[in-house]
Amino acid sequence: MKWLSSRRPRGARLTVEICARGFSPYERLASYERDVLGERCRAIGASASFIGSMRDHNEGEQVLEMTLEHYPGMTEQHLESIGAEAQNKWGLDDFLIVHRTGEVVPGDPIVLVAVWARHRAHAFDACRFIMEDLKSKAPFWKKELTGEGERWVTNNTPGTTEEFEANQ
Amino acid sequence: MSVKVKFFASLADVVGARDATCEYAPSMTVSQVWSVISSDKDLPNGMLCARNQAYCDLEDSVEDGDEVAFFPPATGG
Repeated sequence: MKWLSSRRPRGARLTVEICARGFSPYERLASYERDVLGERCRAIGASASFIGSMRDHNEGEQVLEMTLEHYPGMTEQHLESIGAEAQNKWGLDDFLIVHRTGEVVPGDPIVLVAVWARHRAHAFDACRFIMEDLKSKAPFWKKELTGEGERWVTNNTPGTTEEFEANQ
Repeated sequence: MSVKVKFFASLADVVGARDATCEYAPSMTVSQVWSVISSDKDLPNGMLCARNQAYCDLEDSVEDGDEVAFFPPATGG
């Protein structure tokens, strides 16, 4: 990934991780703040994070298990690119994006998007921007296992309350 | 002289393969890669494509040695 050196904050790691095994988003956030942000936390006034987990139901059916497939290489490039766009647009101090692959069960964390910025406006907006792009464009696909067998997920739930409620 | 082709998720199930190789021809497009690999079947509605791991249009040109992928819309997160 190419960076404009003048725009990349000193010490920023701007991290994308694809995890084939389970992870704890809260432990990952804590370790990232401790090991990567370190003393930089003193200048950062806001962090925003989103954690998405697997639901035990979808489209009126109980879901027992889910398999997350991705396009290795393209996924990382896409997430790094959208993170860089957010970093440039909102002047983020850092970001961390973690996404699961493989088999997950209800309650398992699937995605963590965390951003660090000077002010909450930038943190909230950047976190939503990354998450909405990830949902619709990062090449991941979900296959659910229900009592009736396997099925591919074909729709994403809307990302705003207005759209979500209009869709019910 | 070839193009590496990948299929993901439900489209891999439809095609019955995850990888294929397509013989490269000058001025070839992504759409023509699909036609060669699928023996002129229609690409299922809504499917997307990428060239060298970046989203592209079906009418984009490909070059010898490229990687082309076909897949349904993303549903991660």
